[in-house]
This record gives sequence, C-alpha cells and structure tokens, in this order.
Amino acid sequence: MLLSVLVYGFINSVILAMVALGFSITFGISRVANFSHGGFYILGGIFTWYGLIKLGMPYFLSAGLSIIIIGALGALMYKVILIRLRGLELSEVIATLSLGIVILELLRGLGVFGYEFRNPVFMDGSVDILGVGVGIQRIIIVCAGALLLILLHFFVHHTKMGLAFRGVAQQEHTALSVGINPDLVSMLSLAMGSVMCALSAVLILPLGVISVDEGYDILIKALAVCIIGGLESTLGVLVAAFIIGYIEVLTSMYISSALTSVVPLACMLGILLVRPSGIFGKSKEIEERV
Amino acid sequence: MSTERRKERIDRPIKAVTDDIFCLSSIREIAYLVIPRMLPVVGLLLLAFLVPPYWRKVMVITFVMGMMALSWDFMASCGLTSLGQALFFALGAYSAGAANHYLGLPIYLSIPLGTLIGAVISTACIYPTLGLRGIYFSVVTLIIPLMLMRVVETTGIFGGTEGITGLSPFPGIIVTIALSMIALWITFFGLRRLIDSDYGHIFVALKDNDRAVEASGLSIRWFKVQAIFIGSGICCFCGAFMTHYYMSIGMSAFAVDLSIFPIAASVVGGMGTLVGPLLGAIILGPLSEALRAFGSFRVVIYAALLGTFIVMLPEGLFPYLARKYQQIERWVEAPGGISED
Repeated sequence: MLLSVLVYGFINSVILAMVALGFSITFGISRVANFSHGGFYILGGIFTWYGLIKLGMPYFLSAGLSIIIIGALGALMYKVILIRLRGLELSEVIATLSLGIVILELLRGLGVFGYEFRNPVFMDGSVDILGVGVGIQRIIIVCAGALLLILLHFFVHHTKMGLAFRGVAQQEHTALSVGINPDLVSMLSLAMGSVMCALSAVLILPLGVISVDEGYDILIKALAVCIIGGLESTLGVLVAAFIIGYIEVLTSMYISSALTSVVPLACMLGILLVRPSGIFGKSKEIEERV
Repeated sequence: MSTERRKERIDRPIKAVTDDIFCLSSIREIAYLVIPRMLPVVGLLLLAFLVPPYWRKVMVITFVMGMMALSWDFMASCGLTSLGQALFFALGAYSAGAANHYLGLPIYLSIPLGTLIGAVISTACIYPTLGLRGIYFSVVTLIIPLMLMRVVETTGIFGGTEGITGLSPFPGIIVTIALSMIALWITFFGLRRLIDSDYGHIFVALKDNDRAVEASGLSIRWFKVQAIFIGSGICCFCGAFMTHYYMSIGMSAFAVDLSIFPIAASVVGGMGTLVGPLLGAIILGPLSEALRAFGSFRVVIYAALLGTFIVMLPEGLFPYLARKYQQIERWVEAPGGISED
C-alpha cells in the first residue's frame, strides 16, 4: 500500500509537473498567461487522434505533426492577437481565455465526447517497480518528463537562445538595448509553451479518454500548481507538483477518491493565505502583489 | 511631397453649452441632455412589457445578466478582475436553493437570505486571494468555481450532479420582470453613485494606486473585502433570483459561460463605464437567445466576439457611441507629419 502510494504519487506528480511547465515557461519569459493552455492540450490530443485513426498515419508522425501544429498555433496567437495587446495584462488574459474557450467549446460542439476518442498507448504491458505493477505508458511519461526537464535546463542555461530568453524575462528594455528582439523571444516562448503542452497531451492522453472537460481540468491543475509554486519559478513548479501529486494520491487511497478534487483547491487557498507569492516566488512580492 | 492628414475631434457646440447646466435655454438643448439618459430607462420599460410572452423570459435573463456585468465592471474598476463570476452566482443560487429546499423558507425570505449568505461565503472564499492583484487574482478566481464544481460533482453535496429541483416559483412573469428591472436599475444607479462618492474613490484608488491607499492609512485588504462583498452580493442576488426563476439549481451554475458572459458584456459595451456593461448585456442577452439553436456553439460565439472586441475595439461600444454623439470628427492636414506616439 505504502509502496504503491510512493510509485503512483511519483507518476502523478510528474504528470502534473509536465502539464504545468508549459504554462510556467511562457509566463516566466514573456509574462503572458496563456489561458488557452487547456484548449491547446486537447487540440493536440485530437490532432494526434485524427491523424492516427482517421488518416491512418503512423503514431509518431501524427504525434509529431500535431506537436508542430500546436507550436505554430501558439506563435500565431502571439503574432496575430497578443502583439496588439502587449502590456495590457487584463486584455491579454481575456484574449487567451476566450481563444481557449473557443477551441474547447468548438470541439464540444463538433461532438468530441465518448469512448471513441482515445489515443492508444505507445506500448502495452506493465512492469513491476518496487513490487507495484505499473503500465509502460506511465514509465514512458516519467522518462520523457525527466528528459524534458534536463533538456529545458540545458537550453535555458547553456545556449545563446536560452540566455536571450532569460534576458527578456529579467528586463525587456535592457534586453532590447543589447540587440535581443523581445517580440521574437516572446513569440518563441509561446511556441515553446504550446509545444510542451501538446507534447504532454500526446504522452498523457493515452491514459484516458479525450474529453473537453479534461481540457478545463488540465488548465485548473496547471494553474493551481503554478500558483502554489510561484508563477515564474521552475523549481517551484516541480515542488508544488510533487506536493499536490502526493497529497492527491494519499487522499484517494486513504480517505476517499471523491475528495481528490478538493485537494488542489484546499492546498492553493492554504498556501495563498500564508504566502501570497507561492512557495518559491519571492522576487515579485512587492512589485506584483500587495 | 504628400501632406499627411490627421483626424481632429472637436466637441459639438451643443455639448459645450449643455456641459454647464445653468445655460440650458432651449428644448433642443434639454433634449440633447435628456434623450440619451431617458432612452434606456423608458425603452427597456416599454420593451419589457410590450414584447410577446416568450421574449419576456429573455428580458428577465438579460436584466439579470446586466446585473452580473455591472458587478464585474464594478469589481474590475476596483482592480479585482475576476474571471469567475460564476462562483458568486452559484454560491448565491445554492444558498437560496438550500434555504428554500432544506429550511422551507418562502421565496421572499430565501432570496435575501441567499444573497446575504452567498456574499459572506463568496467573500470568505476569495479572502485568501486578496493578497494578489492583477493577473494573479484573475488566475485564482478562474480556478475556484471550476474546482468547486468538481467538488459538488464528486462529493454529491447539494444534490450533486442532479441538483435541487422543485423550488418555489415567482407569482407570475410580470412580477418577475418588474422585480428584475427594478433590481437592475437599483444596481446601476447605486453603483454609479457609490463610485462617485468619497467612499467609492477609495475603491477606484485600489486599482489606480493601491500604495496611495495604504499611505493614506487605509487597509487595502479591508477595502478589497468590502469591494468583493458588494460585487459578489450583486451576483449572489442574481443567482438566488435565477434559482427561483428556473425553480431548480444544478452544477451548471458554476459553468464557465456564466463567467464569460459578464466579461463579454463589459468588453463589448466598454469597460469601466458602468453604462457600457449594461449596453453590452442588452445586446448580448437577446443575441444569445437568438443563437439558442446553435447549442454549445453559443459559448463559442460569445468567446469569439469577446476576443474580437478586445483586439479590434478595446474601448467598447459605449465610449465609441458617446464620442460620436458629443464630438465632430474631421480630417485636417498635418503639415508637420503625424507624431509616432
């Protein structure tokens, strides 16, 4: 029992972290809160499903294509909509939220509902870890999540582009004066966040059915994790994902699975009461929050 | 060399004259002032009672949504940009529904009681987030109603997915429509007066410069609590009212379209003007009824409209119309060129 909590809590935490990372990366760099995250997530899943089932493409081609399309969509959203609203935080929020709702409700209207809409797992079968049977898909998710994190760290800290990203995140004007184009970087950050969102969709969605409500759920979870961890801190996102992930699994195993949905909300409100800027988001305490 | 042109805006003479109320000297000037103010009041009154019975229901919904939009606009002008008005609506609705269903209170008690209890619970729910501002506050308010919806769904409290049905109805459609219209006008004029008062200036200052509020020795948090209480109270009344109007309450009260409607109405009409949200609601309410055949595409159309307006006409319809009414626009030559600001 304890071991399975350990294993499944870990997997659950990695899933939460992957979902939240895309949101936090975009926000950390360009200060754009991409509320269409949930919409992009489901859209990524649906594109993969469509390519795979309806067009009969190979799995990896269809998944890769949908990830690229979603990334391009993120960039396009910046280029067409957000660039006109830069700096007007409220308008940015409303614009991205409305786009997300357009995507999700459009899919609902087109009849995305039911058991038919599910992506197959990459590989069947299961492995014993610490005496607990775990499906291979979940192992792939954990491995991919770890790989993604390492790649991300390498990209941000050891490439020139990553340096430009960090520069824009720290101070846009100074970055501009040394020849970094903040608009380009912001656009790329949105594309990157969307790519990560679609990637996590491709990996995680085979565990369940693709449904529109799942899109809202994902958005809620990503936001809750980011709020608890501190919106702009990658470390905070990881820690928060593990806190929520383990508490969720513990609640569903020892108390009641019906209460699982209460956990993130309770965690979030509790943390906000004690530390309004999240666990690790201390830098913006005075500037951004009262 | 081509000369560039720029658009010049000049106040109409009649506006300059009527700005000073003591100079009114003709029917025309009085009409200039009175007509735009009387038009909505009289127009809605006539519309509400003259339309065919089916559309009366639409008018009720429109009035209620107008109140929701007003409350959103009020909270937004206090710097509390909520993306989850549905939370307040649902809490009011569930409070009134519970008071009516479990305690057996009559309708004239359950609505005020539901409003009050709902507002208190809403304020308590939002209280932990009051340390946040701007985008952070919006993020949290977006999550709370969606999460509470899951809580109701999974734990099955208040009827779970089934909801509570069989609540007491209103005595008749005329009473309903009159009540909703009176409530709308009370909300509108009340909020306008509130914002203009000294007390209301503190709320506006919360958005413009909250340090100044703090520097004046006033507690930011305490005034935010009051703003939330007022704003959520209005929404809770809407919720309580609609519960009894539909005679049932369900999880859909938390749904995202109830959060998006007030925002859409405010953005379409013009944020921060109070008249704007009202105008937006009067346009969007009947529109949404006309689009009923489209089912779930309705929300799509709202959201698309919202996105279009925020990008194309961010000031909203009301300021646009007001400008046309009060100013003359003409193209003049700009020999020095147009500055790039």
